[in-house]
Parts: sequence; structure tokens; C-alpha cells
Amino acid sequence: MPLGLLKYGLARRYPASRHFPIRPPLKDGYDVVIIGGGGHGLAAAWHLAHDHGVTDVAVLDKGYLGGGNTARNTAIIRSNYLTPEGVAFYARSMDLWRDLSARLRINILYSQRGHLTLAHTDAAVRTMRWRAEVNKHLDVDSQLIWPDEIARLAPTMSLSRSVRYPVLAALYHPPGAIARHDAVAWGYARAAARKGVELHPQTEVTGLLTSPDGSRITGVETTRGTVRAHRVLQAVAGYSGQVAGMAGLKLPIRSIPLQACVSQPLKPFLDPIIVSGSLHIYISQSARGEFVMGGASDPYPLYSTRSTLDFKEGLFAHMLELFPALSEVPIMRQWAGITDMTPDFSPVMGPTPLEGYYIDAGWGTWGFKATPVCGETMAHTVATGRPHPLIESFALSRFARFDQVGEKGAASVGQ
Amino acid sequence: MTGRHRLDPPFGRHIDRERPVRFHFEGRRYEGLAGDTVASALWANGMRVLARSFKYHRPRGPRSFAGAEADTLVQLPGRPNIPADGLPITEGLEVTAQNCAGGLERDRGARLARFARFMPVGFYYKAFYRPSGAWDWWEKTFRRMTGLGRVDPDTPHAGHDKQYLFADVAVIGGGLAGMSAALAAADSGADVLLVDDQPGLGGAMAYTGRQGEAAALAGEVAARVEIRVLAPASCSGWFADHWLAVVAGRRLYKVRAKATVVATGAIEQPMVFANNDLPGVLLGSGAQRLIHLYGVRPGTRAVVVTGNDQGYAVAADLAAAGVEVAALADLRGAGDRPPVPDGARVHAGHTVVEALPLAGNWGVAAAVLAPVIAQGQAGTPLPPVDCDLVVTSVGVMPAAHLLCHSGMRLGYDDDLAMLTLGDLPDGLFAAGKVANSFDPAAVAAEAKRIGWQAAAHAGHKTGRMPRAPKDPGAAGINHPFPYFPQPQGHDFVDLDEDQQTADIANALADGFDHVELLKRYTTIGMGPSQGRHSQLATLRLVAHAKGCQPAEVGLTTLRPPAVPETMGVLAGRGFEPERLTQLHHRHLDAGAQMMPAGVWWRPAYYAAPDRRDEAIREEALAIRRRVGLIDVSTLGGIEVRGPDAAEFLERIYTFAYARQPVGRSRYVLMCDQTGAIVDDGVACRLAERHFYVTATTTGADGVYRQMLWWNAQWRLSVDIANVTAAYCGINIAGPKSRAVLAPLVPGLELSGEAFPYMGVREAEVAGIPCRILRVGFVGELGYELHAPAGCGEALWDALMAAGQAAGIRPVGIEAQRILRLEKGHIIVGQDTDSLTFPQEADMAWAIARKKPFFVGGRSIEILAARPLTRKLVGFTLLAHAPMPQECELVIQGTGIVGRVTSVARSPVLGRIIGLAYVAPDDAAPGRTIHLKVSGRYVEAEVVALPFYDPDNTRQSL
Repeated sequence: MPLGLLKYGLARRYPASRHFPIRPPLKDGYDVVIIGGGGHGLAAAWHLAHDHGVTDVAVLDKGYLGGGNTARNTAIIRSNYLTPEGVAFYARSMDLWRDLSARLRINILYSQRGHLTLAHTDAAVRTMRWRAEVNKHLDVDSQLIWPDEIARLAPTMSLSRSVRYPVLAALYHPPGAIARHDAVAWGYARAAARKGVELHPQTEVTGLLTSPDGSRITGVETTRGTVRAHRVLQAVAGYSGQVAGMAGLKLPIRSIPLQACVSQPLKPFLDPIIVSGSLHIYISQSARGEFVMGGASDPYPLYSTRSTLDFKEGLFAHMLELFPALSEVPIMRQWAGITDMTPDFSPVMGPTPLEGYYIDAGWGTWGFKATPVCGETMAHTVATGRPHPLIESFALSRFARFDQVGEKGAASVGQ
Repeated sequence: MTGRHRLDPPFGRHIDRERPVRFHFEGRRYEGLAGDTVASALWANGMRVLARSFKYHRPRGPRSFAGAEADTLVQLPGRPNIPADGLPITEGLEVTAQNCAGGLERDRGARLARFARFMPVGFYYKAFYRPSGAWDWWEKTFRRMTGLGRVDPDTPHAGHDKQYLFADVAVIGGGLAGMSAALAAADSGADVLLVDDQPGLGGAMAYTGRQGEAAALAGEVAARVEIRVLAPASCSGWFADHWLAVVAGRRLYKVRAKATVVATGAIEQPMVFANNDLPGVLLGSGAQRLIHLYGVRPGTRAVVVTGNDQGYAVAADLAAAGVEVAALADLRGAGDRPPVPDGARVHAGHTVVEALPLAGNWGVAAAVLAPVIAQGQAGTPLPPVDCDLVVTSVGVMPAAHLLCHSGMRLGYDDDLAMLTLGDLPDGLFAAGKVANSFDPAAVAAEAKRIGWQAAAHAGHKTGRMPRAPKDPGAAGINHPFPYFPQPQGHDFVDLDEDQQTADIANALADGFDHVELLKRYTTIGMGPSQGRHSQLATLRLVAHAKGCQPAEVGLTTLRPPAVPETMGVLAGRGFEPERLTQLHHRHLDAGAQMMPAGVWWRPAYYAAPDRRDEAIREEALAIRRRVGLIDVSTLGGIEVRGPDAAEFLERIYTFAYARQPVGRSRYVLMCDQTGAIVDDGVACRLAERHFYVTATTTGADGVYRQMLWWNAQWRLSVDIANVTAAYCGINIAGPKSRAVLAPLVPGLELSGEAFPYMGVREAEVAGIPCRILRVGFVGELGYELHAPAGCGEALWDALMAAGQAAGIRPVGIEAQRILRLEKGHIIVGQDTDSLTFPQEADMAWAIARKKPFFVGGRSIEILAARPLTRKLVGFTLLAHAPMPQECELVIQGTGIVGRVTSVARSPVLGRIIGLAYVAPDDAAPGRTIHLKVSGRYVEAEVVALPFYDPDNTRQSL
């Protein structure tokens, strides 16, 4: 029995400790307003307060905290990317993830399972080797492995040669992990609030205020009134285009639904995280025993989080090629999130042409794993007014300059 | 013996007393009757415990007999988490309990309950993470404890299929409302599909003493040709535009309806009191199902607790089934109540506060009643009443899952203490109890009106809309707060997740006061029954704790599926497209090893796998020295015809086509709007207004799609047709190819002058009409023959026969890759990536500079004006050097500058050659570059392309 639980068993009354302070009245103004109370916004708030001493911060969200894509993603964490910029960025995130439970004093159930990206074609084997070589050169633990080794790591997966797309090889990334996504948002929220950051759920931003010449942000309009702000950070994932539109920014982003689903809980069956780009599936088994699964993005842009039947049919037709034994496993729940897809599969981060307005967007299907490093780098960027070195290549202006950071080859989700 | 607790007819609608069925549970043999579920048969035999609970491993059994609780999930061989109260018994069935270590009775996991005090709500968030890495150890322990059933790794995926169905009106639920609506819609002339999850129609009528009515109505339904009944079948999802998923056994019906009527009834809700989870604590409807459907006496002595008049009917049913009703506690005060069975002592204004357990919590020993003194509070308890059953009746929530799939949000009516429906999309209707309509006469009349409306929505409007009398309403059905939290706990709100009233209070105290946060923190509603029996209680308990109205609290979203679907039923048989060329069997006959290429299968090489390298080398040399055949049928073929055909190609591709002569082909390179290379091929001008364009095997469909997409905007006068499947393609290449071909094309002059390199002709080859392209992908004299697909094998055979003397042989993709590499030709997708633009790949020559527009042109212009950051070059290594692998890196200093995109040992040149991206300052021939091969640096020399036949004399012979 861990010591941390003793007080609960021994106390006469439950020793409650509020994760979120009771929502305060909205002040007239703040130094920094963060639009979006998901993992990214909350992490940025905490890093602003913790790293830079900026505590006059309000985090606004139209719903409940952590209720957008933080609540909807499948919580896979990895750094086996394809570009040196991407690898450096996500590798820093992995460093932060490993200590996050202790730093935030909440068990985020960070579970290093190992991550296997399967290759079913020659072309995929080449891409996996490319990623492995880039990773190794940049000291990320990643290697190309063959079916005998795959069988050792995932003994319940079918490696039959007589299926439509036999498994030829895999990119093996031992540090690949999963975590309890909700706890990440709660942890950052509590830690930020303890530093003086104000949390304002159910507070939707309806407009932005700028200086008379339109060059500088001066505040935001919300459903609870107008708030002045010296600096504003938007971190709203699927709604990035709409919010940036209020700031007069046109983003090279398409909002596309991505669905996922979860099975009923079962005894341990699968340890590693399995991804197959060719079959458009990914699967892991949570600590509760549920299989958490996803597949290809929906084939068209949409601002709706409705579920579809086709998604499940396609997902499981492919899933059962790899895991025929899951045929009788009941599916419990499906849902959708809206992903903000960039053309080069890298994020859009940093200052914008509107002075004092910062953006953290373009998170597509790879946002959760970046939560800690986004918090750190965006806080640095907002606090200093200069992009953090790790995110310089993710500037919005790269598209006009034709300096894309091509990460399509490292995407797990089929597009 | 089919159970000690069997009742005589008329009880037992589902069972066949003549057909005993033997099965095993936990290794012990039981006998039930055909029509029994596992749960009913076990109950008939006195076995009430089916499972251990998720967190505390407490013994649990069925409460509703409706198949919706985690507590009834059992294991079959190869099938986990099957609801025992929905699973019919079959002869020899082997059933075991889940989530227990060492058997259901001696579950070692039950020891955990002793530490319950140390496991408060969300306890796993509060500890186990220090020191660093501790969770890795703890998680393994947790994972063993969590999870319910087991997946047998040898389970096959087999026997599933799918079927499409169409209906004007789909009616979900075959009770009074559903059958009435279906009949009314059929009266209007609509085709109706009626889906019900029970073996026989009737819904609640079947277990509430109205079997006669049910049978009469079911007879009417059966007599109507317009109504198709699917039962037992479960509708698991409503998707946009009335697209319904209906699961019947191992089949998934995908139903497209024009209107949907949801008549799924209501879900009876449990009470909260101490030990409300014991086996033997039943919902009123659960007891009634047991009696009426399965002919099983639920127990011997019952205490009934009710908050409505339905509880009196339950008490009467119990008495009729021979159960002694020892006491009836009515949460309401004294009033005008229905009669109670003889001998039952009525306690008006009383509740049950605790069920006293048998040893090991194996069942109920007694019930403790106490007066209700305020909302959720009871006074001094009365002496316990001995009993083996506690039956509760305190209200319902609508089974509104399918309605919620449409985006409808449930509300809460404070006066009725009921969840209420919100706005529904067009064509989606709700009838009966799901719509909070309970009076049978009103339900029937209203359902007829809704059936008429649904038919009208589907285009079958007949006569006038039936009138429905005023619904007397749902007052008195729901008790507003049948929850009596007890200090000793075990007062469960969510039985799936073992969450108690204190957990809700503590989560609220921890600040999780939004319902979505509360759900995620406590996991209430996240278990297999997805909140069916906990959502309403949670809503009211939260409102009570916060001192607000339930309507202000709100509900979490009910998501598909409405009932669990297995992965197998969703997957079905799985139709993965697979394309074979016309020559597929010729390749197999020739001993080819086939490899996937997109959706196609192509021959990699022709030999046993242990002769791979040798065979590839021989095939490559055959083309260099003699003649070979390559199946190129998988290349895309697209016809572009019309007055604007040339203009269209000018815009789509980078090169110039306006002045391309008829009878000539020209290279095509396609870029996207960012200037990145996406495909290549050749365009053959067959006539002034007719081009035949090839595309890469995996790119063809995308190219065709892009063409249509662009021309939807340009509106050029062209017809674009993907004719890939209509043609079979064979490349005959090698110095002897002309000699082999000539006798087969008597009508065509093949000389270099008459039919030069890049020429295109149409002629008969061995009597087969062909498009003949003189192209040189492999760098030798060669002809691509594109023939009608059906003639593929004949053409292949003719060529093989004609070439026999010349030593002709089939050549696979692997050899072709080497041959093209020797010529320095790129493969799009292998030698390019998602950002490669033409200048980087040294293909500026393929860009027409003078034309005003082509897709990607502006981007390419901008990119070309900047210094390059990398360049694709040829490199070579000495023969004894270690062989690099494709996608190993090119390093300059310590930084990555590029990668090897293609590499091979050239049979004809006798050395290792390859293509790689290098830094621009290393791109000149003669420069030394550094490859990282298996972790070690290897020097390579940049050389000019092509490696082989630099003057291109051989291909233009």
C-alpha cells in the first residue's frame, strides 16, 4: 500500500483537495489570456507561471477543462519522427513526460509500452528504415525489426503470411508510451491554479479586440464579458481556423474529423502499442483493460463530431487481419474529435503578424504527445516574445517561404 | 431437474418445458429449458451469483434480466463479456465467471475489499508514481486486477457477414408502441422494418401480465406483408440520414430507412442503499421477467420497496408466483394505493436502508427498513425483515440511446422527476415509454399517429393523421430521489465500476463538479452498461449535493453503440480489394514470387526465394543482352479526349504538349500545388484531340481523381476516362526485341527511322490490336504493347513463342528497378518524398518555361529561385564496399543532409550504384559523400547520370 493513500484510509473524513478552484469572476484584464483550456493551453499556463513567473494569466474554455481533443485522443506518446526538427521537438516532450507525474503530483498513468509501426509493403519498409536511421542518428531509441522480433514483442498478433497485407517489418520505438489523457489536463490545471493562474471554463471567446490600427491584440470578447489582455495565446486544436479567423489570420489548416473507439475491459492481451499505416489502424490496451483504437481520418473536412458506422467497419475489417482473436470483443463506445491538419503534418507555433497574438495550432493527429513541450515552448515564446529555438521551424510564415517540415512519412493515422 | 424454482404455466413465455438443455457454469453441471438464458436457468437452480465486481470483487448477479449490466457478463470459450441474461443456453455450453482469481466462490481478488478505505475515488491518480518508475511496477499489478473477460488468442474470426436492407420506415422496438406504429405506417402503404431484441414481440406487455394483448398485436403484425420483422436483433446505432446498424447474431444489417421510429421503451432504475449490489436485490421488472418470461420463482420471501404504483403490481406478481411478500415499503407517504398481497405488511413512508448479506456477500439475508424523514434521509431503522429478495420499483429512464446518436440532448423535468427528450431531426420519431408515455391506451393511439407521420415523411401519406387522445402523463412513475446513502458505504451508484455515493461526494469535493469531469474522475458511466443504471442517479445525487436542480447539472453524452457490437460483426468478412493483372497466372506458372504494389500483385522475380539474387541478376542481364518481357499492366492508363485535350495536359503536367506531334509520346511529370512531385508517366498523342496517358501503379487512381477535381473547376472540353483495367501492358525490351517483334507485326515498319524512339503506333501484334509505345524506362531498345485486357495471355504467349530462339524470358519488378536505376530514372515515391520538387530531382528539363500555368508552377518558380537545400544525385561504391540500404542516411559533418533513395549492385556495371539526396555543394560529379551504413561511415563518389549508356544510344537504336 503506497504511503500516498494512507491518509485516505486513516482519516475520519475524506481529505479532499480541490483540483480546480471554484471559478472566480472574470477580471477586466490580464497580462496573458489563453484561449483553450485543453492540455496545451493549461500546460502553457503552468509553464508561464512556473518558468517565467507570469501569473496574471486566465485560461478560457468554451466547455469544461480538457474536454476537447485532450479528452478525445488515444493518448499515444512517441518521438520517432522523420525530420531533425520534429525529432528534437518530440524528444524534448518525452523527457518532460517521464517526470510529469512527479512534477504535477498526479499519477498520469504514464506507461512505457513500446511502439511498433508495422510495414506491410516494400515502400513502407523503406520509410520505416528512414525514420529509424534519422532517429538513431539523433539518439532516439528506434530501430527496424523483423517478424521474429515482432512476434516476441506482440505474441498475440497474427504474423500470417497468407493475409492481404502480411507484416514484413516494423519500426520499433521502445520508449513509446500511453498515458491517462484526462489526468494530464487536470494536473496542469491544478498546478497552474496553485501558481495563481485563473481557470475559466464555460467561457467562450466570441471576438478579439485590437488596437485602432489593427496591429496589436488588446483583449478578447467572451460570453462573460470583455477582457483586456497584453498577450493572447490560442490553443484550440480543431477550431484553430475559426479562432485565428477572428485575428484576421488565414491558416493553411483543414479541420477533419478523426474517430476512435474503445472496447469493454478485458484481461491483459496486448502490451505494446501497434500502429499500421497501410491498414490504417492503431491499438493499445489501457491500464483498465480496454482496447483503445483508431483508424483513418474521415475523408472530408467537417466541424462535426458525429460518429459514423463506416469508420468502425473499415477499422475492424483491418484490425482483425492483425488480431483475428479480437473478433468476439465487444465495442463499448465510439467518438470523434476534430483534427487541425497542416499540409506538411507539422504544427504551426509561435508569434503571428498580429502583435501580442500567439498561436499553437496545426496539431492534427499528433497533438497529445506534444502537450508538455508545447507548454514549455509556447510559454517561453509568449514570455519573451521570441520563438523558442525548438519551434522556430514551425512558424506560420514557413508556408509562405516554402520551408515546410515534412512529417507525413511519420504520421500514424491514415489520411 | 430443470431448476427447483420453476413455475407452472402460464408463466414462462419463452421456455419450452419439453426440451431440457444441459450446460456448465464454473465447471458444475446445470439443466435448464430451451428458451432460458444462462442467468434464468442458473437462477432456477438457485445460483444467483454470476460474476465478481470490477474494483472490490464483490459477488454479483442479475438485477434486470434485460442483458445490460456488467455484473452479468460471463465468459464462453473464445467469447468474453457475454451478458448471461441475454445469452440463450444451448446443449453443452461451457460458461465460466469472469474477474475472479481462483474461481467465483474463492476469488482471491475479494481480499482487495478489505483495503477499500485506502482506495478512494480516483486513488490511482493520488499515488503509485513515486519514486520515478514505480508506476511501471504497479501498472502490471493493476492490469492483472482490472479487465473482465479473457481473449483467447486462438479465437478465429469467421462466420460473420453483412446485409443491406431498405425500408420506408424502420421501427426499433416491438412493444405496444413499436407494433402500433408499424401497423399504422403499413396502413399508409409504407414498407416497414420492425426490429426487436427479444425472441418474441410484445415488449413490456410480455412480462406484465398482458401476454394476450401482445400476442394479438403480434399476430396482426405477422399478417402484414408490408412489415418485415427482424427479431431477435438489436439496433446498435442511428447514424445520419437514417442509416442504422442492426446486429442479429453474427450478421450486421445495414439499414437505410426514410424515417425511423424509436420505440425502445424505458430502462428501470435501481435504488441506492447499503448492500444494494447483493445478488437477490432485483429490479421489479427483473423479477417480472423472471416470472413471466422464464417461469422462474425469483425467491421465497421478498421485501418490496416502491416509489410508485408499479411496485404493487410487482408485489402481486411475486405473490402469484408463490413468493411470500413479507413487507412492502412505499417511499411515498400514506395515500390511495393499490391493494397488496395477503400477509404483506405495508410500511408507508418507509424505505429500505440496508440489505443484510449472507456469508461472503453471497446473497440477501434480510432487509432493514426505516422511515423516510427527508430527501435521501431515513430515520431509526426497524428490526430487520428476513428475506432472500429485495425488489425495488422507483422509476425509469428512457432508453433513448438511438435518439441521442442524432445529437439530441436529454433534459430533466423536475415535476415528473424524469429525463425528457429534446429536439429530434426530421424523420426521427419517438413513441411509447421512451417518450415518457406510459398509459397503454395513450401509447397505442399516439404510436399510430407517429406511424402515420413516419410513413408520410417517407412519402406515403394516406388519409388524415390519426388523432391521439390526451396522454394522462407520466406523473407518479418516477420517485424523485430513491437514494439513501449510508455511512457504512456499499451504497453503490454505478455497479459496473463499484462507485458509491461517497465517491460522488468526494469527487465533487475534489473539484470535479462538471458532469463530464465527474464521469472521467469517478469512471461512473464508463463501464460496459455505459450509465444505463447510474446516469440518472448520478445526476440527482450531484444536484442534491450542489443544492441545484438536476436540469442544471446536465448529462454526459450517450454515444454509439447503443448495445455492444463485437469487432467481428463490424468487420464482417472484410473485402480488401486485390487486383490481378491478366497475366497473373502466367507469372505463377513461370515460378514468380509475387509482391504487393498498391492494390495489385506484381511478379518480383521468377525463381524460388533461395535463388532470389541470382534470378534478379539473370533477368536484368537478359534485357541488357537479349530480350525480356515485363508485365506493365498495372501502370495507369487514362484517356484524355476532346478539343481541349492538349490544353488540359498543359495545365495538369509540367511539360509542353500543345505542339506534340501525333504519333509521338512525351514524358509527363505531375506536381501538386506546393510544387512537390506526385506522379510521372508518358502521354501518347494518338490523334489531334486524343491522348493516352500513363501513370504509376500506385499513383494512377490519385492522378485520375486529381484530373477530375481540377477539371470540375476548369471546365475544359475534355473527356477523362480511367482505362487502366481495359488494357494489358507488356514491355518487350532488349537488343533483340525488334527482331522478336517484327514477324508478329507484318503491317508495321519497325526500323529506327520509321518508328523512332518515343514513337507511338497502333497496329496488330499477332492479330491483337495494340497501342505500341517505343519507350525506354530500362534503357534498351524496347516496345510497350498495350492490348485489350482480354487478349493479355494470348499476346504474352505469342511473344514468348516468338522469342524462344532469341532466349526471351519474363523479367520481374526487382530487375526492372535495377535496370531503370542504371539509367538514372527516378521512381516517384521512392526517389522523391512529399516535398521533392523537380529541381531537387534534377528534372528542371521536364518543366516547360513558356506556358502561362500548370499545377504547382507558381510554387516551383518560387522554389527554383532559392538556393537548393539538397539535390538528388547518382553515386557509386567500389564492389567490395558494404552494401548500403535504401533510406540509410547521407551525413555531412554531423548533420543529416539526405538519404539513399535507391541502391543496387549493377550486374552489367559490376559495382554498387545508387541515388541519394546530398548537400548542393556535394552534388558535382567527383565529390565524395559520406553514407552511414549500418552505423558506420562509408565514402561514396558522386557520379554523373545515367550510370549506363550515358549517350542513350541503346534505347534509340
